[in-house]
Amino acid sequence: MSGDVKTQVQTAYQALVDDAVAQKAQFDESPLPKIHIGMATCGIASGALETQAAFEEALADRGVEALVHTVGCFGHCYAEPVVIIDHPDSGFPPILYPEVTPGKAKMLVKLFLEEGDPRFEHIMGATVENEMIPSVTEFSRFNREKRVIMDRCGRIDPEKIHEYIADGGYGALVAALGDAPEAILDVIEASGLRGRGGAGFPTAIKWRAARDAAGADKLIICNADEGDPGAYMDRTLLESNPHQVIEGMLLAALAVGAKQGLFYVRAEYPLAVRILTLAVEQARESGLLGDNILGSGFSFDIDLFQGSGAFVCGEETALIRSVEGFRGMPRHRPPYPVERGLDGRPTVINNVKTLATVPTIVEKGADWFRSIGTADSPGTAVFSVVGNVTHPGLVEIPMGVTLRELIFDICGGIPNKKAFKAVQIGGPSGGCLSDEFLDTPVDFDALTRAGAMMGSGGMVVMDEDACMVDVSRYFLDFTQKESCGKCTFCRIGTRHLLDILRRLTRGEGREGDIEQLETLSRAVKKGSLCGLGKTAPNPVLTSIAYFRDEYEAHIKEGRCPGRSCRALTAFYIDLDKCARGCDACVGCCPVEAVFTTSNRKKGIDQELCVKCGECMVACPPEYDAVVKISPAHLVPIIERPPEKKG
Amino acid sequence: MHSLTAEDQANLESLQKQIDGFPKSRGQLIPLLQMAQKIMGYLPDEALSLVADYLSIARSEVYGVASFYNQFRFNPPGRNPVKVCMGTACHVRGGEIILENFERKLEIKEGETTADREFSIERVACVGCCALAPVALVGDTLHGHMQPSKVEGLVLRVQLEKEKAAREAAKS
Repeated sequence: MSGDVKTQVQTAYQALVDDAVAQKAQFDESPLPKIHIGMATCGIASGALETQAAFEEALADRGVEALVHTVGCFGHCYAEPVVIIDHPDSGFPPILYPEVTPGKAKMLVKLFLEEGDPRFEHIMGATVENEMIPSVTEFSRFNREKRVIMDRCGRIDPEKIHEYIADGGYGALVAALGDAPEAILDVIEASGLRGRGGAGFPTAIKWRAARDAAGADKLIICNADEGDPGAYMDRTLLESNPHQVIEGMLLAALAVGAKQGLFYVRAEYPLAVRILTLAVEQARESGLLGDNILGSGFSFDIDLFQGSGAFVCGEETALIRSVEGFRGMPRHRPPYPVERGLDGRPTVINNVKTLATVPTIVEKGADWFRSIGTADSPGTAVFSVVGNVTHPGLVEIPMGVTLRELIFDICGGIPNKKAFKAVQIGGPSGGCLSDEFLDTPVDFDALTRAGAMMGSGGMVVMDEDACMVDVSRYFLDFTQKESCGKCTFCRIGTRHLLDILRRLTRGEGREGDIEQLETLSRAVKKGSLCGLGKTAPNPVLTSIAYFRDEYEAHIKEGRCPGRSCRALTAFYIDLDKCARGCDACVGCCPVEAVFTTSNRKKGIDQELCVKCGECMVACPPEYDAVVKISPAHLVPIIERPPEKKG
Repeated sequence: MHSLTAEDQANLESLQKQIDGFPKSRGQLIPLLQMAQKIMGYLPDEALSLVADYLSIARSEVYGVASFYNQFRFNPPGRNPVKVCMGTACHVRGGEIILENFERKLEIKEGETTADREFSIERVACVGCCALAPVALVGDTLHGHMQPSKVEGLVLRVQLEKEKAAREAAKS
């Protein structure tokens, strides 16, 4: 590219930056208090819309002036709806409030915005270091994270392109527009970036193959078909900072010589679809997408395809079939999509997080990226840590942090004084690891060696009440339903695995079941074409390897150690503890199985009981009279008194 | 099998009109099915036939594609669709018990719609607010930390609101 063109690109970009900075300054320099509300799907699910309405109503009612600013997600799901109030006149630093209900919002308008009292009892912390209020960075949930991909999430408004540009966004693209495509490939190769979709394939190799492939009509697909139950980091990223992903796609297109891009987003993510559509439009209006981008001569545009919800479509060849209008069934590779992909065109398919990482690498360099994480897995990993953990949410950590640090130090450990039992990593393709693996570092290779896998980054923490057999059954239930049916071993093998696991959870296990599960699992792994079948037995194999005693207890004793399989457990009321007069358990039972005995104590009719556990929750803690027991036949029988006549 | 209501018929006609703008290529099949479901709320046989005929694809093939994907439904949704989250976090915290309670209370199974089309029950993969597990949606409203007793309350609330609306309609 000639120097003239490079200057022209710089000038065009500078104009965008000047405009963006001016727009942002107008907001930043306003003396009015600012209310930032986290407004991604998780925030909205927790009531952020109601909170926003409450703020606006209270501001109008009381005649207080303030700017309400909607941002993306901070990743602190346990604290949603999260609000940051920046009220410079009060003399306080910006303060982060967790769980801001509409009532709390109205109270904060009156007491903080009007009267200057920040209500210390509701504060989580200040967002910056200061001398008045402890800062959130003192919490390990904040200071142990390393945000590369999610750096801007929760800081900027995803619906306004100028906020991204004013924060340095699209700078990497502009820098790269002047260079040869080879330069981008070199920096990505030197950075050692590996695909964040789960398998960890080196991004540079994929891109080079696409660049070298014959055919001018190349395509970049962003795979946002996040089908793993319990993982939502791709959605959060698209909802909180879509432009970073778009910029990553532009850089990928430059590197491989593509003119067209496609977002494959789940239709179940309506907010992500809406925000992405808007972001693509805004990028087009700013001249960052379309023909002759910023006058550079480079053209690229992005379409959006809504995936209809099939887990297997996360696999690249299945995804392509689905865009072509067929059932999403994977095919043999080679040819790889980088050679022959959508409609036979060379197609690069990258995960959302991979593409979102690219701009930061191009901007800050390969050495900077390599300084984070481990030698073989540089960079960071984003996990959605959920389940029985005190501070669930999205966490971005450098690769190499151990599971113990992640679960106990960063996410606060197991609530309700329960003991840690297992952590399930990588969703239906991953595995369950026991406490002996807590010191395993989180990186692609170490997790695979332990029998789990990075997968898409779903992490479910389970306490002592979880049943490993039931968790395996749950995942097999999922993969069996989602198997596309192409390979016999996957189609029928997962079905048989599920049948055996169902029998075990019903207490109908037989000698030899464990061995059969193992044989069948290995056969399914060997006999399946794509990643779904190859990894579907992982939850079974790992849970047998690390929790074999639980399988044996189910088969030999009809006992569920986690007291979770309902066919193997029963509830009864400890008559020594029951308080007689209280009717909490009777009132809450959905099937009227709890009855009152002649001496006003309570009993449970085992015939009617559906074992929902509601009475156990309802029984006041000072009595704690409801007992759950496994195996079920140990339950003391209390006869229901005959119905009174008349 | 649900028969088409007058509303369904009107929707079908509107679908017929909107479909005409689309290019007749195989790649349009899924977007067309999505549009049909958006307009109709579900995919009755008539809508599948319409799409099949427009693209000149066999109806069996269209049904084959539609039934492959979780997004498409072949039963009309209830006016208050109940979606129970079956994500991993919800499972660990008892999502299945919540589903069962809805099924028992409404006397239908998941995937079905009550005869008066008031409620339908669906299981969904992950709503993405695992911190609130177990989670259920009634209409568009999300209810976190579900318990069996809350199920009864939610169903009752919908019924009471309906009665209230009917009373007010009668008044005015």
